[in-house]
Amino acid sequence: MPSITIKLNGKAVSGEVEGRTLLVEFIRDHRGLTGTHVGCDTSQCGACVVHVNGKAVKSCTTLAAACDGAEVTTVEGLAKGTELHPMQAAFKEHHGLQCGFCTPGMIMAAIDIVKRNGKNVSEEVIRRELSGNICRCTGYHNIVKAVQAGAQNM
Amino acid sequence: MSQSATGVGASVRRKEDLRFITGKGQYTDDINLKDQAYAYFLRSPHAHAKIKSINTAKAAKMPGVAGIFTGQDIADSKLGGLICGWMIHSKDGSAMKAGPHPVLAQGKVRYVGDHVAVIIADTKEQAKAAAAAVQVSYEDLPHVVDASKAMKSKAQIHDVAPDNRVFNWGLGNEESTAAAFKNAAHVTTLNIVNNRLIPNAMEPRAAIGAYDSGTEGYTLYTTSQNPHVARLVISAFHGLAPEHKLRVIAPDVGGGFGSKIFIYAEEVVCVWASKHVGRPVKWTAERTESFLSDAHGRDHHTKAELAVDANGKITGLRVHTIASMGAYLSTFASCVPTYLYATLLSGQYNIPNVYAEVDAVYTNTSPVDAYRGAGRPEATYVVERLVETAARELKLDPAEFRRKNFVTQFPHQTPVIMTYDAGDYGAALDKALQINDYKNFAARKAESAKHGKLRGIGFSAYIEACGIAPSAAVGSLGAGVGLWESAEVRVNPVGSVEILTGSHSHGQGHETTFAQLVSEKLGVDINNVSIVHGDTDKVQFGMGTYGSRSGAVGMHALSKALDRVEAKAKKVAAHCMEASENDIEFKNGTFTVKGTDKKMAFGEVALQAYIAHKPGFEPGLKESAFHDPANFVFPAGVHICEVEVDPETGHTEVAAYTCVDDFGNLINPMIVEGQVQGGIAQGIGQALLEGCSYDDDSGQLLTGSYMDYAMPRARNMPAVENFKLGFTCTPCPTNPMGMKGCGEAGAIGSPPAVINAITNAIGVREIAMPATPLTVWQAMQASGAKKAAE
Ligand code: FES
Ligand code: FES
Repeated sequence: MPSITIKLNGKAVSGEVEGRTLLVEFIRDHRGLTGTHVGCDTSQCGACVVHVNGKAVKSCTTLAAACDGAEVTTVEGLAKGTELHPMQAAFKEHHGLQCGFCTPGMIMAAIDIVKRNGKNVSEEVIRRELSGNICRCTGYHNIVKAVQAGAQNM
Repeated sequence: MSQSATGVGASVRRKEDLRFITGKGQYTDDINLKDQAYAYFLRSPHAHAKIKSINTAKAAKMPGVAGIFTGQDIADSKLGGLICGWMIHSKDGSAMKAGPHPVLAQGKVRYVGDHVAVIIADTKEQAKAAAAAVQVSYEDLPHVVDASKAMKSKAQIHDVAPDNRVFNWGLGNEESTAAAFKNAAHVTTLNIVNNRLIPNAMEPRAAIGAYDSGTEGYTLYTTSQNPHVARLVISAFHGLAPEHKLRVIAPDVGGGFGSKIFIYAEEVVCVWASKHVGRPVKWTAERTESFLSDAHGRDHHTKAELAVDANGKITGLRVHTIASMGAYLSTFASCVPTYLYATLLSGQYNIPNVYAEVDAVYTNTSPVDAYRGAGRPEATYVVERLVETAARELKLDPAEFRRKNFVTQFPHQTPVIMTYDAGDYGAALDKALQINDYKNFAARKAESAKHGKLRGIGFSAYIEACGIAPSAAVGSLGAGVGLWESAEVRVNPVGSVEILTGSHSHGQGHETTFAQLVSEKLGVDINNVSIVHGDTDKVQFGMGTYGSRSGAVGMHALSKALDRVEAKAKKVAAHCMEASENDIEFKNGTFTVKGTDKKMAFGEVALQAYIAHKPGFEPGLKESAFHDPANFVFPAGVHICEVEVDPETGHTEVAAYTCVDDFGNLINPMIVEGQVQGGIAQGIGQALLEGCSYDDDSGQLLTGSYMDYAMPRARNMPAVENFKLGFTCTPCPTNPMGMKGCGEAGAIGSPPAVINAITNAIGVREIAMPATPLTVWQAMQASGAKKAAE
């Protein structure tokens, strides 16, 4: 079994994984960080989105072994102590979540969208770029508002 | 209504959010027990087949396997089957025909995804690998997946129901309704399919069963909307353990929409098997399994008719509906196409004659049960499609035709059981027309035409009955349980408050709204209030969350318990301040003695209640209450949808959406709006995108993943500035908060508004849901609408 070392939320962690172990399994099952969720088996829902070397990826479709040496950030790694990341704060302020299951993936995807498109990212771009993230609760209305507001504070 | 920043009526930001936005939520799959094993369910690949043999010998020797069980093991251990808790009687008086529903198939399988065996191993991968080595020999049987064909099919799904008919039920006056149609000046008839949907809460179902040989008790962690009901059923009907030896915990639950009300085979098997393998047993559905085996929704096939007299007054409404129940009767399946459906067929209208006849049928598909709205969306779709179509046929303005027929006097007794208690349907219509800017629709249509788009407008004036439900009423209609709710208020010596409620939050925000009511009534800061739910060892018996009942029923129980706390605290305060109890007043968290300057804060009184140094009262400050509502509550409102159709492709965009709801008084407008937005997204999903499809020939589920089943995504919803909500308010007279339920209304009201808009845009009478680009394009080709646009 290959051994990998990942900088996970700023801390170097090592572990043995099978070749087929997915990044999400490494995060949830090996490291016990359960904020990253699994909502589907076809890479469609985005509940599993994390950042690998600063880019949003679906951790359900990424092999853990392929992330050897990478920096991985999960939703648990966003806040600085008790200070929330602006995107986290915006989701709360704008009621961008209900059951919370899609939320970690939404927040991770949203941060990536803002990084690539800038503070003034349009509603249209947000909606298009969120097409890989499904939310069954909110109807997206408040998620879009949250992303726009979070962008302003990032 | 208070003006306080955290009391009733304030858009308080949610207390529960912190853990969800930081990844600290605890959903069932996030929980891991020491030494747990993993279950994998081997499912039927056939729609209908006899099981000739199952050979597990080879699989049992595979690495890591801890146990393999089949229907025979279930039968040997006399584990009871899954039940349907609502008895329906046919018109001829006979009881509904409920076939057996073992938790693992016995003798035959009845749908693709039916549970054949469970394989338990050290890891998920090992369980799955061993499942592939289980040899099952099947003999194919004829199958039927289309409800409209079930009664004439060669397939015989259950012995008790030779024609696959579960019941033939009726409601209303058949004769007077027939007379109304005979005398009608105009009759509108529609054949309507309410498309089958798959609920798709984003958290897949999951369960962990754990047996403790020391206490001889079981614990079940499960994705449930009603853990006490799960415990009751698993105890009383499966016979696994008495209730005091079974603890059911529903921790954070990632959405339900009805699909997590029901008791499912997997959770029962995990609990049962944990004793057999001597280890906790965990199962988490893969999304494909959710598609295959979560209870589906809708699937109604209806002939609907509306009778109108020469003055434009509706005189009768009649439906015949065939409703699919799937292969087995799920927990509440039978009440959905009956008492949750036909009782709403009068809509917002004064219709003197209504008659509904419903044939519920078995099909070789996943069981069908309540999905957001449950019966009421189906009723609303029938009524609002009929009314809109009739208005167009009569060349009347659809808004004014509705207004002319609105119920205006309350209480109003409909011909189909319900007594509407309060409402002002005209006010909601006026407000919706104003927000939508109806009078300028023609200008918007012209503007769309300039861009080559066909713009259409559609209405829906929905009413629903929720706050489910008066126990006596549902009991007389066949429910096997009462539908009251309970609450307990524990005031701690320092004055902080813990609320234990039988309601369960899986996105609704109870930790905030329930705390707001406490803050309002006791004057306690909401940060000093915590809400405990979802654990049968902590919370006294409760009925859970569905049917938009947590506010109207759950909070009513809480309100009662808070009144009792106040009454007890007044006694304590009277003793402490050496005054007569009658002279104690309580306001904004302070007890005062009338006519004096003596006062005590709520926290001080709480402390004294526990210190109990002043004799004369029973120590402690903790009260509980059960509440059974006097009636349903009746939210109502108006949806107006505007669509733009691309005549080249049939692609439909929701260009603007207006929704005005009367939910009575609102506890937290921000949360209420969120519920409405989410519900409308599901309704737009049903109207434009979602359709569960089984292949007639093979009986296979064709829409078994997000690649095949179209979920609404962010870009399917109207732009923020074009999605407008409004409220009117007639307080509900049967609860002290004056509130009505808001959880389902969005999903109930929206599908007909969208379809009415599309039919208006392209000038056709009927179009099937989901109105995909292909469906719309074909309808346009057939009607020549494309040409008209050119
Ligand atoms: S779990 Fe990764 S996309 Fe659904
Ligand atoms: S908040 Fe429940 S799925 Fe998005």
